[in-house]
Amino acid sequence: MPGPASQPKVRVVTFRVDDQDLSAREDETLIEVCREHRIPIPSLCYLEGLSVWGGCRLCMVEIVGQPRLAAACSTRVIEGMEVRTDTERLRRYRRILVELLFAERAHVCSVCVSNGHCELQTLAQRCGVDHMRMPRRPVSYPVDSSHEMFRLDHDRCILCTRCVRVCDEIEGAHTWDVMGRGSDCRVITDMAQPWAESETCTSCGKCVQVCPTGALVKQGTSVGEMVKDQHFLPILARRRQPR
Amino acid sequence: MNTPRLTVATAWLDGCSGCHMSLLDMDQRLIELSERIDIVYSPLVDAKALPERVDVGLLEGSISNADDLALARRFREHCRVLVSLGDCAVNGNVPAMRNHFPLEQVLARAYRENVTLQPQLPERGVPALRQRVVPIHGEVAVDVFVPGCPPSAEAIWQVLTALLEGRDPDPSAVTRFGA
Repeated sequence: MPGPASQPKVRVVTFRVDDQDLSAREDETLIEVCREHRIPIPSLCYLEGLSVWGGCRLCMVEIVGQPRLAAACSTRVIEGMEVRTDTERLRRYRRILVELLFAERAHVCSVCVSNGHCELQTLAQRCGVDHMRMPRRPVSYPVDSSHEMFRLDHDRCILCTRCVRVCDEIEGAHTWDVMGRGSDCRVITDMAQPWAESETCTSCGKCVQVCPTGALVKQGTSVGEMVKDQHFLPILARRRQPR
Repeated sequence: MNTPRLTVATAWLDGCSGCHMSLLDMDQRLIELSERIDIVYSPLVDAKALPERVDVGLLEGSISNADDLALARRFREHCRVLVSLGDCAVNGNVPAMRNHFPLEQVLARAYRENVTLQPQLPERGVPALRQRVVPIHGEVAVDVFVPGCPPSAEAIWQVLTALLEGRDPDPSAVTRFGA
């Protein structure tokens, strides 16, 4: 009788993060290890349970001996590597990134349904962003309220693509995608139709729950009322994994 | 106590006065504050002129019209430390939402389309609106930014006491956008 399928051998590597000696499996990423050890690394596009996107660049860290910064979400741990997660340079870049996100679209926190429960807002405070040094782009994006349960406000979207990934990878519907380039870039449902007319959307609401801001919200919520629940994601993601 | 008293001037530009209400919401700490600061110019007091030298200027609201800009410039000129108080002052907030539309369209909406009796643009005795609403630091240099809509009384207290004690305030420790 054949025994159980042999597990592929995964090595354990040791390395240093902010002067802490750590060890992890060699197939783990820096952000996974840091989260596990409660070393704070900011990020907006990374979400445990979804594939890695590496778009927001907020999780950049310094690796000693490398001139370039590395995104912690898409960097595997390597034997002997020495990582810094909280240097003055990184703090400066993170502040700029958050300011640029705020300046890009009309994130008016005071009148947002996600006020008080928004990852962008929380991150701004944590990074010490108390104002934007660059002027806000005076461009307005549309709101899609066609869906009877949910609403999409492009003005609050940071293009993290969590909605796109959760819809494709967890729900399997692939209703969401991204259209356009540069400042015209936006998330779309099906072939850029109104959400209500989407033939693929199952109205499961996973996109709403994983959205870090007030871009995807439930209809009928008022300022500060939109509290999101992402508990389902790691559970479903584990069950989707091939065994 | 021999701590020197600070002179403070306040004004609201294009804001709702909520930040001033929050300043007044300090309860019994107002008494302590009144022993350490003198409010020398403000909508809350009778003084009609901004003194030549003021230690701290608190500006609420964004810069939306000609008067806002003039007052912001006078505050910058006369105040040693200029504080942007609240989201409107810090990032434009709700007043800046009109930036999505051309000014003519905004005025037409407010004074012509939704008016049933003698629609007309107000021109006498009111300052001219500027094309775009900008935060205070869009026109004059600002030293301290206190976000919040409004910043809590606690946040304003923390910032003012830091300034009183000659420390650098750390607004992000006590308030945030939309707080």
